Amino acid sequence: MSDLRDLYQELILDHSRLPRNFGKLEQANGVQEGFNPLCGDRVIIYVCHSEGKILQAQFEGCGCAISMASASLMTEALKDKTLEQIVALFTDFHTLVTQGVVSEPNHLDKLTVLAGVAEYPMRVKCATLPWHTALAALKIQTTQRSSII
Amino acid sequence: MRRKDFPILNQKIAGKNLIYLDTAASAQKPQVVINAIQNYYQQNNANIHRGIHTLSERATQAFEQARKVIQKFINAQHDYEIIFTSGATESINLAACSLGRLLEAGDEIIVSTLEHHSNIVPWQMVCEQVGMQLRVIPLLEEGVLDLKAYAELFNNRTRLVALCHVSHVLGTINPIKEMIEMAHQHHAAVLIDGAQAVSHLPVDVQDLDCDFYAFSGQKLYGPSGIGVLYGKSSWLKKMPPYKTGGGMIRRVSFAKTEYADLPAKFEAGTPHISGAIGLGAAVEFVQEVGFTEIMQHENELMSYLLEQLKQLTAAQVLKASRPQKGVVSIIIPEVHPHDIATILNNDAIAVRAGNHCAMPLMERLGASATLRISLGMYNNQQEIDQLIVSLKEGLKLFQRGGNV
Repeated sequence: MSDLRDLYQELILDHSRLPRNFGKLEQANGVQEGFNPLCGDRVIIYVCHSEGKILQAQFEGCGCAISMASASLMTEALKDKTLEQIVALFTDFHTLVTQGVVSEPNHLDKLTVLAGVAEYPMRVKCATLPWHTALAALKIQTTQRSSII
Repeated sequence: MRRKDFPILNQKIAGKNLIYLDTAASAQKPQVVINAIQNYYQQNNANIHRGIHTLSERATQAFEQARKVIQKFINAQHDYEIIFTSGATESINLAACSLGRLLEAGDEIIVSTLEHHSNIVPWQMVCEQVGMQLRVIPLLEEGVLDLKAYAELFNNRTRLVALCHVSHVLGTINPIKEMIEMAHQHHAAVLIDGAQAVSHLPVDVQDLDCDFYAFSGQKLYGPSGIGVLYGKSSWLKKMPPYKTGGGMIRRVSFAKTEYADLPAKFEAGTPHISGAIGLGAAVEFVQEVGFTEIMQHENELMSYLLEQLKQLTAAQVLKASRPQKGVVSIIIPEVHPHDIATILNNDAIAVRAGNHCAMPLMERLGASATLRISLGMYNNQQEIDQLIVSLKEGLKLFQRGGNV
């Protein structure tokens, strides 16, 4: 079994303890609640976007360290991205957390810290819940299946 | 206790001895149960109640023998009061669907805050279909049901009470005999969800005087996919079938179908024959060990677990009745139960984390999830010691400088 520190890296623990962009975004023009009934993780994603570009993303919710850190890191990553970039980012992120590696890790930036999740198949949904929720808030259809929204 | 009878426990996961503390979800199986299933498929497999050949006779005999074993186990008056289902969930669905057709708009059903979704949703559905009201027994701070409030929930439209024997989240034992008596004084029938009780304490349905009692095989050291609905024959006889098809009929024509007698009336289709035989073997195993031994061992172990958990000063142990049966739920502030479960899994310790299919109870407790540690006859003190060590060690990761 892999070292727990590969999963719970300091950056993840930091973001779960002190989530960034946490709280309701009053001027949001996209809001979606995501819920995983199997474990009780719950997030609400707020996005403010204009002309196909994210101006600001925030979230509220409660859940495990992985889901909260993933939501926090995601809100940072979404800022200033176009919808096309977000789709590409999510595709790579999904590959990362299910397979542990990705061909071009550079544009994932800090999100690569969640690569350890791939060793724990039961926890993949924790990492992807905020993403599926954000894509729904942006009304983006994806090929990855989600049953949580 | 009887640990050697459970072959699965004798294994290492990633070099560490497996410590199984998730028996409330599914108990491990003794070799005699595995043998019974294997023997059935190797020697006797055939469909039951149909064939004229020897294998069908043997299969039918083994299947019906299992029914008799279960009848004696819960002291039902008749073997035909034991209906085989796929588990406690289907047992309750059967009762709800069938009884629903005997109930009328304006009638009321009482459930408790402690219930598993499987003892809430079927009744909710019937209420919606028929136009009935669902009423809920509240939970007190001490982790026990509010019996005073329970008494006040009854009125002349109360038809049924659906209640767990032992809470699958808190380990509280409900005073069901007293609660059944009260329901009967108000002419309401009672269904008891015994899924978390039957492996831990003796159940006598005649003494309890419950109208229905539901449980699952997999929590009773038996196979999954098999369960039981006990019903008083007076009820089962007047209830309509819940599923229809082969085996549950006496005569079929396109004009009319006459239903078979009990228990066949409720067992349409080929049942889980090996499951029933395996469950029969599991029950015989539990009877052979004996509840005197089981209760003494598990009570000692539960006391030890509760005592050792005090070492984790940050952990909140959810209150339950004394004695407490089978399960303990804990919450550790700032650390989500799923993260703790992953930490423990790294030490080959299996526990359950989540809302335990009890969202209304979670809301009442003000928690989104708990960590549930559950015990079976095979657990021992060394395993609890290792659990505490792993919890302390793992929590360090999350609580820098924290007092755990």
